[in-house]
Amino acid sequence: MKLKSLAALAASTALLAPMAMAEMADEMTLVSWGGAYQKSQVRAYAEPYVAMHPEVKVVWDESSNEAVAKLRAMNEAGNITWDLVDVVAADAIRLCDEGLAMEFDPDELLLPGDDGTAASEDFGDLIVSDCFIPQIVYSTTFGYRTDLVPEGVAAPSTVCDVFDLEKYPGKRALEKRPINNMEWALYCDGVAKDEIYDVLATEEGQEKALAKLDTIKDSVVWWSAGADTPQLLADGEVFMGSTYNGRLFSVIEEQKQPVAMMWDMQVFDLDGWIIPTGLSEDHLARVEDFVKFATDTKRLADQAKYISYGPARFSSAPLVGQHADLGIDMAPHMPTDPENAKNTLLYNYEFWADYRDDIDAKFQAWLAK
Amino acid sequence: MSDSAANSGPVLAADGTPLKRSLARALRMQKMRALALISPLLIFVLVTFIAPIADMLFRSVENDIVAETLPETVVVLQDWDAASGAAPGEALYDAFYIDLVLAEEQKLHTRLGTRLNYEKTGLSSLFRKTGRRASRFDTDIYTDQLIALDPSWKDPASWAAMMQSDANRTALPLTARTWDRWAAYLTGEGDDPAKKKLEDFLYTAAYLDMAAGHAKGASDARIAAAAAAAPGFETVSLKDQFAKADKAWVDPSVWETIQIFSPKYTNGYFLNAIDLQKSPDGIEPRPENQQIYLMLFKRTLFMSLVITASCILLGYPVAWILANLPSRTANLLMILVLLPFWTSLLVRTSAWKVMLQQQGVINDVLVWLGLVADDARLVMINNQFGTIVAMTHILLPFMILPLYSVMQTIPPSYLRAAKSLGATNWTAFWRVYFPQSVPGIGAGSVLVFILAIGYYITPEIVGGTTGTFISNRIAYHISSSLNWGLGAALGSILLGVVLLLYWVYDKIVGIDNVKLG
Repeated sequence: MKLKSLAALAASTALLAPMAMAEMADEMTLVSWGGAYQKSQVRAYAEPYVAMHPEVKVVWDESSNEAVAKLRAMNEAGNITWDLVDVVAADAIRLCDEGLAMEFDPDELLLPGDDGTAASEDFGDLIVSDCFIPQIVYSTTFGYRTDLVPEGVAAPSTVCDVFDLEKYPGKRALEKRPINNMEWALYCDGVAKDEIYDVLATEEGQEKALAKLDTIKDSVVWWSAGADTPQLLADGEVFMGSTYNGRLFSVIEEQKQPVAMMWDMQVFDLDGWIIPTGLSEDHLARVEDFVKFATDTKRLADQAKYISYGPARFSSAPLVGQHADLGIDMAPHMPTDPENAKNTLLYNYEFWADYRDDIDAKFQAWLAK
Repeated sequence: MSDSAANSGPVLAADGTPLKRSLARALRMQKMRALALISPLLIFVLVTFIAPIADMLFRSVENDIVAETLPETVVVLQDWDAASGAAPGEALYDAFYIDLVLAEEQKLHTRLGTRLNYEKTGLSSLFRKTGRRASRFDTDIYTDQLIALDPSWKDPASWAAMMQSDANRTALPLTARTWDRWAAYLTGEGDDPAKKKLEDFLYTAAYLDMAAGHAKGASDARIAAAAAAAPGFETVSLKDQFAKADKAWVDPSVWETIQIFSPKYTNGYFLNAIDLQKSPDGIEPRPENQQIYLMLFKRTLFMSLVITASCILLGYPVAWILANLPSRTANLLMILVLLPFWTSLLVRTSAWKVMLQQQGVINDVLVWLGLVADDARLVMINNQFGTIVAMTHILLPFMILPLYSVMQTIPPSYLRAAKSLGATNWTAFWRVYFPQSVPGIGAGSVLVFILAIGYYITPEIVGGTTGTFISNRIAYHISSSLNWGLGAALGSILLGVVLLLYWVYDKIVGIDNVKLG
């Protein structure tokens, strides 16, 4: 392992040699989500990088939640203070649309996989925008309290059990936004999976989805922060709830709560980096150097040691090993594991870029009713 | 006094100037000195507080992005009659092609798409997709035909020189305008327009000018030759090209939206903020399933009033005790009142969650006492009740402190005097004590109400769906949907409502009656 990473290191420095001409800044500000996720980035990317470049000072900012708004404000003020920003793919597309994120050529900026495949192929379709450097695949899915399953009833196994109050009475936690909830509602209302977005694009489809959600509205606790559902589950406030799969992993495996995963109809989404436009040359050189390092095959696989999100490179998947502290195999906890990914949905970026404002207005009006 | 005034006209100061003027001068000097003293603070507040707020609120009417990104289109679109129900003619698509390709070069088309998507769903991806395709439209036939006529058309330097002459600019007006925008963009990027490869849209603009007959009799030989040949050119219909790229472009409702939002200033955001919308037939209510803001404004006002009233009810006795205890005990109690100030707002709000939730402390105690069945635990959070309880607690010190400082100044002897004159306890309190404490209630109420109306963290955490405020929607539009125009409009209305209520309060109670201590 060590030899291999040394070789990769040598290769990367060789590749960098012509670029190293540019003066590199000694400080960079990385923006992420805080919590366990940011910690996994610190341990998998930033610490090894600083070990190689001791002169570099890495500053973390936990503002990814409001990254789009803040970047827009910085851009208008003409003073970009961030060097690299971790955002979900949908936000990367918006930032790209607004001209706030830098477009790049994947094969130029990113290293080829350690099996030699070009970066553009190693990441494949996950490069959903010209500005988006994919990092992980995560999913939004359900977890439930095993001790609250009614006696004599099988544990919930499909997403439609969320809508079945008779069989599974109790509160549910759903995110306070239309995305994902509308899809699940339509799916459980009998709409075929590949027709969900066609139906949701129509007025009747939206009403249909809201009507389905209406059947459980009184039993729903609406969350807005990713930490809410794990807390509600741990307190026994809700029977089941949707959240990011990594959060559920930590409730189940790290905190040992009586909670189990329900992977059915998990919604895949991507998270990754964007480089803001308008960086000074020395900062840009430093960031490009860091990104090259932090998105190579080894580093992406390393991140999965600390959190249960799937690496975005095909070539990283075979390298996913055990959890660094718990010592359990991480592969079965990955959303992309074949056993977990039997029935999934992919977040439709284009659809939501168009319908977000419209459906959100209807969703909020419905919520407030 | 009246005698001397009648005798000698205006009163004079010692140096002979009228006393009035001399006094005014002295006062002016004093005022200037006072102004100089506060000027650092004044400038600080203006620059860091008033100016950004004004700038942000201005966005609620600002709408120059359409006219700036699509200047040619907006002009042609003015003449199109939306009521005709038919898509606009070729001329519009010609203008739009040039605008869109130029915008795409500068990456402005997606920004415009995002803006227009607030008004009509689907425009975001329409602009993104078409922008990419428009630069590959079949307009290269104009490029090829012009170059076939005279190879010098290929030379960017010759274009730069051509566009210097006023005669040429009159001969090719659209080309001149387009060239100026192109050159300004390239110069801004640090490129030299005289060296950069010419794009198809420039040739298209030139052809359109020639086909329109502007270039007839041009003095420039190259232009004259091209203008003579232009009627024989092979042409391409840009309307068809756009329709092929996406049939939405021949949908009149798309152009209707662009037409409605063409002006540099719009009341669209404000209308949206009160559940109305613009349409070709004028202003109409938004679809019922999208109306939310008026209800939220009403709810915000109502809940803020309830919170203010609860603060008065809970705070008045506490302030009274504080004011009437010996100072040593009072100080100790005062610390308890102030303690919440030193605790983070988030911690206090989360603590209420622990207290009020169904598996929380209060419910557990009630179940343990047998007052509530285990399967019928009370719902006290994620609704209006939760918001009112948590916010009353958080804002209580803002009520107690002004009340306390006013009550401290009420001499206890007044109450004793009332009683010795035969008043009952109640009469003594209601007729003597209470009226003197009203300025404290006034100050506390104004503070609590105005703070409550703008709260958003606490309602977001404990409010669920029925206990959220308008400020939660403002926060959503500022930080999440990025519809800053709508956020600013909602904020302006909220500010207006607060100022209005303040004015009403001043008329009824009188702001002089408010005492903070």
